[in-house]
Amino acid sequence: MDGTFAVAIGGAAGQGVATPGDIFAKLFVRRGLHVNAYNAYQSIIRGGHTFLTIRTGTEEVKCFGDRIDLLIPLNQDSMDRHLGLMRSGAAVVYNSDTVKPGTAHDGVRLCPLPVNQLSKASRSKVEQNTLALAASLQMMGVTFEPLAEILTEQFMRKGGKVVTENLDIARVGFDYAVANFQAFASPLPMHDMAYAVLSGNIALAMGGAAAGVKFYCAYPMSPSTGVLHWMAAHAREAGIVVRQVEDEIGVINMAIGAAHAGVRAMCATSGGGFALMTEALGMSAMMETPVVVIDVQRAGPSTGVPTKTEQGDLWQMLGAGFGDFPRLIAAPTDILDCFKLVPEMHNLADRFQCPGIILSDLLLSEGRSSVDPKQLTFDAEINRGEMITSAGPSNGKTVYNRYQITESGISPRAIPGVPGHTHTASTDEHDENGVLLSDEFTNPVKRRAMMEKRQRKVEGIETAVRAPVLKGEPGAAVTLIGWGSTDGVIREAVELLNEEGISTNHLQIRWLVPLNGEAIVNILSSSRYSIIVENNYSGQFARYLRSETSYVPNGHIRKYDGEPFMPHHIVAAVKEQLAGPTGKTQLSVPMHEIMV
Amino acid sequence: MTTVLETQKLTVADFKGKVDPDWCAGCGDFGVLSSLQKVLAEMNIQPHDVVTISGIGCSSNLPGFINTYGMHTLHGRALAVATGVKMANHKLHVIVTGGDGDGFGIGGNHFIHTMRRNVDLLYIAMDNQIYGLTTGQTSPTSRKGMKTKSMPYGNVEEPINPISLALAAGATFVARGFSAEPKHLMDLVKQGLEHKGFSFIDVFSPCVTYNHDNTYAWFRERVKKLEADSSYDSSDWHEAMKRALIWGEEIPIGKFFERTDLPSLHEADLILAGAGPLAHRDLQIAPRVVRSLIAELM
Repeated sequence: MDGTFAVAIGGAAGQGVATPGDIFAKLFVRRGLHVNAYNAYQSIIRGGHTFLTIRTGTEEVKCFGDRIDLLIPLNQDSMDRHLGLMRSGAAVVYNSDTVKPGTAHDGVRLCPLPVNQLSKASRSKVEQNTLALAASLQMMGVTFEPLAEILTEQFMRKGGKVVTENLDIARVGFDYAVANFQAFASPLPMHDMAYAVLSGNIALAMGGAAAGVKFYCAYPMSPSTGVLHWMAAHAREAGIVVRQVEDEIGVINMAIGAAHAGVRAMCATSGGGFALMTEALGMSAMMETPVVVIDVQRAGPSTGVPTKTEQGDLWQMLGAGFGDFPRLIAAPTDILDCFKLVPEMHNLADRFQCPGIILSDLLLSEGRSSVDPKQLTFDAEINRGEMITSAGPSNGKTVYNRYQITESGISPRAIPGVPGHTHTASTDEHDENGVLLSDEFTNPVKRRAMMEKRQRKVEGIETAVRAPVLKGEPGAAVTLIGWGSTDGVIREAVELLNEEGISTNHLQIRWLVPLNGEAIVNILSSSRYSIIVENNYSGQFARYLRSETSYVPNGHIRKYDGEPFMPHHIVAAVKEQLAGPTGKTQLSVPMHEIMV
Repeated sequence: MTTVLETQKLTVADFKGKVDPDWCAGCGDFGVLSSLQKVLAEMNIQPHDVVTISGIGCSSNLPGFINTYGMHTLHGRALAVATGVKMANHKLHVIVTGGDGDGFGIGGNHFIHTMRRNVDLLYIAMDNQIYGLTTGQTSPTSRKGMKTKSMPYGNVEEPINPISLALAAGATFVARGFSAEPKHLMDLVKQGLEHKGFSFIDVFSPCVTYNHDNTYAWFRERVKKLEADSSYDSSDWHEAMKRALIWGEEIPIGKFFERTDLPSLHEADLILAGAGPLAHRDLQIAPRVVRSLIAELM
């Protein structure tokens, strides 16, 4: 035991995996426990296989872990897929009327629930879920009251009768477990604290609200749709105009239009939708109208594996849009960081009047974790940059040049409606006053001046973003390098490796553009054996780092099967590489053992 | 630049852009530009309260030739950008200008959806039945059989009918003008600007360089004003659709259809309805709301 406890619920889509999952998560965070949850699912509305892992513990839970302590298979398929992975000390709670266990490893406790007998009065298909939920919590040392409280909240809107039914059946399951099942040796701890639990998508959406986003639009696309759902559900309270648009081309153009007229605008999509947005990304840069786009990566190429995770869009983000222009790209490192990064990105996009891209992925966006509610602060600094929102005292003689050539490359931006500042913002190359160069004459001197003006903003951008920091002992035997969402799993792997006597430190990259390549190389220059860990086939970050800095690591750990890394994947790969031939770049591709 | 006092009566000169149009001599687009400038002056709408938005093409260069706030966006995307502008500040007058390729070809999807949303803006398509800026290829409104550089043996496709398409998509103001009928066109532009909701004016704007089929003379022989028929009722959608399908020896121009009973998008939007522009609102969320947003997660 490492101080964490993981519950997994497996079943077909439509069998109700989500509700008991939500109840477990809420119950844990209300006990003052941390939570990290990941749902492996298929692009199917009914049927298939869904497997939700919720891991809890007193300390921060960095990822969904390597081990399941309690399995609730809602159907035979889930039992067959997962029983063999359960180890001594684990328990399996299942409906013995419909699910038959196979051969379990020694020390795995099988806890059959005779559901028909226990719920004779009811025909509800989700009875088995409530029974299993209550029995499981009893075995985990939780009293009935907190479950009753959550069930009451959960079913209140369906009426008192439904609440009573659920409470009754939960009580039956709880009492059955008292009489028939052996409880876990150590009961779930309880602390005087309460955490919030949220998905990365909710964190991104709330981050937008905190950033002062007033216009959000989107076209539904997994796994980014959660941002749209939160925005739409909270539009009224948060005062955000939310629009569903005909396609992602319309989405980004509409967002840029709104931003141009003076609001903070944001949109989210996945790789395919982002591909449609790329022409307008260049428009944002050329018109110098800021826009923030969230790309929630899923396994590609093309439609790919819509419900699976990958870090495969980096090069798309780096190269999106033709021509040269300044851009910002950052990948949040955990769910709280999803919330924190959004206002930061809006501030930089506004200050430098360029597109900002937030690179999330399915693991972060659809995963859930506990967050200290005090961290969800809505008082982040809002810096709109050099913006003209009202006419100053004008004597009619001043000339407003929207694209005035400045040392910083930033030209004060007047929004439509301000008297005395009319101008045309154009995607054609233009002069300082916005007149199209192609309408005047093709002027290489002016074209060069405007290109240099825009690109001068890069210097400011580079100084506005902090370089990454090495975590752990500088002289460690191994340095693990990751970017974005893999922070948690790498941190856990680092702990495990250090416990096993393999000294390991960790460098996680959050800002991709600007990269701070010099600082990274400086850190890595003292690494004894460096490994880049990423969730893609070709080592997109490794190739990017090499292209920017010429840095080549000693090894790579890559995974591109659609599922995220688990800590043991990284630990095993590190050991494999340390035992492998020296002087040769090594590549490990861990196998995902759980068939989901 | 001169700053115009709000009380002063505006003239066409106040709407003169920083540069003169670079269109070919005789281009139909001149008539559209001057009609627009005249109507804006006549209606005494301040240049800074107008945003003229275009896509890409000969006619899409228009925002540079008029003194208002302007956006010269991407090919086909002007209506999407314009929707964003209107949502962010619904006090602004939003005018979208462009050509038939821009609006009905590459921008066809946005055209349809902006109409059904009834976004309160005026969309003027300068329809010359040809791609001019790319030196003469078939456009979505090129007639069947027309020979162009891209279809040298003649267009085998049926053209789009922008009027019937607009009616079918739910546009609440649908009209057709002819750039050589400036008074008639100005009247349509004025009505379009006054209309609360999406106003569409398809304007025959002959391309004197690349389209030798649909010339000024060709249109002059055919156009017939709907306004000349005193029995025509532009609130009758079915009658409008009948007239929209007339094409040949006689081509109707004028206001086909207008309905005023539907709210425009910003009037229907729960955040914007009855309130001030989004762009002027406080960015902070009230602490009471923040508490409730976080409480949901616990």
